[in-house]
Amino acid sequence: MNERYSRQQLFAPIGEEGQKKIRGKHVVLIGAGALGTGNAEALVRAGIGKLTIIDRDYVEWSNLQRQQLYSEADAKERLPKAIAAKRRLEQVNGEVEIEAIVGDAGPEELETIAAMQRPDLLIDATDNFDARFIINDVAYKYHIPWIYGACVGSYGISCAFIPGRTPCLYCLLETVPQGGLTCDTAGIISPAVQMVVSYQMAEALKILVEDWSALRGKLVSFDLWTNEYAAVRIDGVKKDGCPTCGRHPSYPFLSYEQRTKTAVLCGRDSVQIRPSARRQYDLNELAELFRRQGLQAEANPYLVSVSLGDKRLVVFRDGRALVHGTKDVQEAKAIYYRYLG
Amino acid sequence: MTLVINGETVTVPDEVKTVSDLLAYFRLDNKLAIVEVNVRIIQKHEYGTTALCDGDRVEIVHFVGGG
Repeated sequence: MNERYSRQQLFAPIGEEGQKKIRGKHVVLIGAGALGTGNAEALVRAGIGKLTIIDRDYVEWSNLQRQQLYSEADAKERLPKAIAAKRRLEQVNGEVEIEAIVGDAGPEELETIAAMQRPDLLIDATDNFDARFIINDVAYKYHIPWIYGACVGSYGISCAFIPGRTPCLYCLLETVPQGGLTCDTAGIISPAVQMVVSYQMAEALKILVEDWSALRGKLVSFDLWTNEYAAVRIDGVKKDGCPTCGRHPSYPFLSYEQRTKTAVLCGRDSVQIRPSARRQYDLNELAELFRRQGLQAEANPYLVSVSLGDKRLVVFRDGRALVHGTKDVQEAKAIYYRYLG
Repeated sequence: MTLVINGETVTVPDEVKTVSDLLAYFRLDNKLAIVEVNVRIIQKHEYGTTALCDGDRVEIVHFVGGG
């Protein structure tokens, strides 16, 4: 063991044994925005064995205020976040294997990773509850702990869910929050991000070194501007009839009906469209095709961005697209089919 | 009535009698929240029937989606 992790090993609850355990672990990070980049950097610096990062978005200027792995060059190039994060993380710690997945963390994708790779921990760094209920189902189906985290404004919230030890997110919420409740346009300050990352990472380290008794066991929330703090023990809410962690689980969020092909992105005035069959575009050719129609199109190795007046269409290699400038799914679909057939 | 909400002592008007009233008073009734009274989580269907008493310790955590 080199000097690199010496301070972490000196911390008694981790020690040399704990460091070895951390080194042998695989963490899957869902989302590479504010919480995702914070968690990713901490995990990689802590010396985990492998990190898988899944993200469907690309770097924009408005990300740079808080998404700590990204640079101006990434925003200029519109690099996919998973790719930009991987590049930066490899500079931070070359010993960690980093897998970048540019795409949606839908039920199929997450279940495949859970079944094939058997990761040790899932960390939620998404911005919506549809994704979180999929994570919750996958976690309980495959017995993998997961850690919820979210923030808006100066407020943040976090909770670790451990199959076999704690109730699940469904037990707590009973319903999936709908758009208006969670899609925020209230802004965000970076200390709220960092605080949630700290709560998530502390529980992550406990899980990675298997110090189960040290887990908080509480849903915790704070507001760094109004100086409030609240915590609720969750062990009392476990429900026998829960479809995710009850006696006869059906994992409803992994069913075919739940595999949404379109999604309105929270607070982004954007709609994501996934074609029903995977496509394989040559992005330079596609950009050229747009230009021949007199449109302004730019390509990088991962996506093509086309300006369409007050809208913008961004197409990834596999045919997935983001339509910016609308929250209307029908309008977004119309644009998608008009330009991509 | 005086309650201890999220660790702070707060005086609420007399009209606040139940958990439902309290959430409405703080305008949290249309948000998704977990409410604990004296270290017991109150189920959503019990909000209207769970009476609050002077000195009760209430924890309210509301869910947000951003990240």
